[in-house]
Amino acid sequence: MNNNPLKKIDWLLLPLIGFAVGVGLWHLVSQTVSKDLPSPAKTWAESREYVMKPFEKRGEMDQGILRFTWYSLILVAKGYAIALIIGTPVGFFLGLSKSFTKTFDPIIQILRPVSPLAWLPLGLVLFLGAGKQASELGALFTIAVCAMWPTVLNTAVGVRAIPQDYLNVAKVLKLSRTKTLFKVLIPATLPYMFTGFRLSLGIAWLVIVAAEMLTGRPGVGGFLWQEYNALNYSHIILCILTIGVVGFILDRLMSVVERRFKTA
Amino acid sequence: MAYLELKNVSKSFGGVPVLKDINLAVEKGEFVAIVGFSGAGKTTLISLIAGLLQPDAGTVKLNDLEITEPGPDRGIVFQNYSLLPWLSVFENILLAVDQVNPNWSAAKKAEHVGKYIAMVNLTPARDKRPHELSGGMRQRVSVARALAMNPQILLLDEPLSALDALTRATLQDEVSRIWSDDKKTVLMITNDPDEGIYLADRIVPLTAGPGATLGPSFPVEIPRARDRKTINHDPHFKQLRRDVISFMLDSKQHRHTTIKKKLVLPDIEPEDLNIPRTMTAWRKTPIRRHEIKAETVEVDA
Repeated sequence: MNNNPLKKIDWLLLPLIGFAVGVGLWHLVSQTVSKDLPSPAKTWAESREYVMKPFEKRGEMDQGILRFTWYSLILVAKGYAIALIIGTPVGFFLGLSKSFTKTFDPIIQILRPVSPLAWLPLGLVLFLGAGKQASELGALFTIAVCAMWPTVLNTAVGVRAIPQDYLNVAKVLKLSRTKTLFKVLIPATLPYMFTGFRLSLGIAWLVIVAAEMLTGRPGVGGFLWQEYNALNYSHIILCILTIGVVGFILDRLMSVVERRFKTA
Repeated sequence: MAYLELKNVSKSFGGVPVLKDINLAVEKGEFVAIVGFSGAGKTTLISLIAGLLQPDAGTVKLNDLEITEPGPDRGIVFQNYSLLPWLSVFENILLAVDQVNPNWSAAKKAEHVGKYIAMVNLTPARDKRPHELSGGMRQRVSVARALAMNPQILLLDEPLSALDALTRATLQDEVSRIWSDDKKTVLMITNDPDEGIYLADRIVPLTAGPGATLGPSFPVEIPRARDRKTINHDPHFKQLRRDVISFMLDSKQHRHTTIKKKLVLPDIEPEDLNIPRTMTAWRKTPIRRHEIKAETVEVDA
């Protein structure tokens, strides 16, 4: 069995088979069940221009797919940064103080499962006074609020999981509060924090589509919604695939960073 | 006035007395070993001296000052090394040196750390992380860290018990060598009487818990430097070892108590089918004639 040459490239071969099966099913569905669903060939033909000239800008809502992706990524990066900047310290407080946990854990548990679609209108209301900026600020608010929870909770768990030994070292050496934080607490919590960061990034990317759809901002999600309204269904599929691929790449990148800290 | 002094120290956890009326006096420069059973409260005792725990009653004094909190004047080597895994050997020790001598120049700190790494023969591993080191090497880092703080007293909490026999012997020799170079006051806790006799000036057995207390001191009158190979045939060593072990075992045997306990015997008797049953009064358990028996048993406390 080991001498089988196919065995050596199955890491490539098997995923390709998987994709082929997926595309095949897609084709089948478009031919039988739902005639309105564009077939793979049609999707490619209509999306060609967006993929082959990925950075072209022909109009506000008619741009290359990577240009749209870029807009979306920038918005995600901003919202994600806000989520981390707020979420990490909150997680630390939750992990360090029992009374802080008792005070704020219930409200966190209640806000956590709220869908981004529910947050967005509130975000828009919140920044009504900002005029033109309202849609961007509202979207950022939504991303930050939704993406924050995994970071908060994982950091809290990580802080609680710090072995007593490390804390004893800090006590015996009489490390100051700041030194204990930076030399012991943060390094010991880093692996958990990065798991939280990774989950948060996944959620931030999920939220962006909803936020753009509802605000009509240029971006992958905004494009998707506009093309649905314009009856260009094949572009919806293009957007879905783009969102999926980008999300996958982001997750891989974060897991590389995460692994780097796991060994520490 | 003794250097380290414990007076009538007691400590209990959740109502269970762990240590009771501990009295101990250690002179400056002395190497004292406390030998005790596992679970007898040895780590509790060292945590009290370290200041990580506070006694319920009694006082712990070092150099005539009462110990109320942990501090770098007492260098501790923990049983499980307690190195920070994200720091290299050098950085782990530097963290401690930095804490004790914050005003030193960076070069002086580095030189000081290097000296102690060399003392425990770890210079080649200086930039390695703890997870790249064997158990014995980690424990040597831990010893170097404690010594580099130049503490008034060195507290060793079963420092070698997690190691294999050969590594243990090597490290015992190393501890012995470092002690004779440095002449620090050392309080070592161990579960191995041989180790205590080989290293210490004085052995103090800890009786079996709960409510463990210290027994009489057994001075070790074997001249230094002791030789591992010949010490086994030394009549004083043999006698001492016998005394310490028999004291500890006696302390355990005196703890027999009598308690009454209800015993539920296994189901070996057939169910009594003559008892009438109704659906309204359904009994969950089968009815047997002698289900529960009371018995008095003797158990080890």
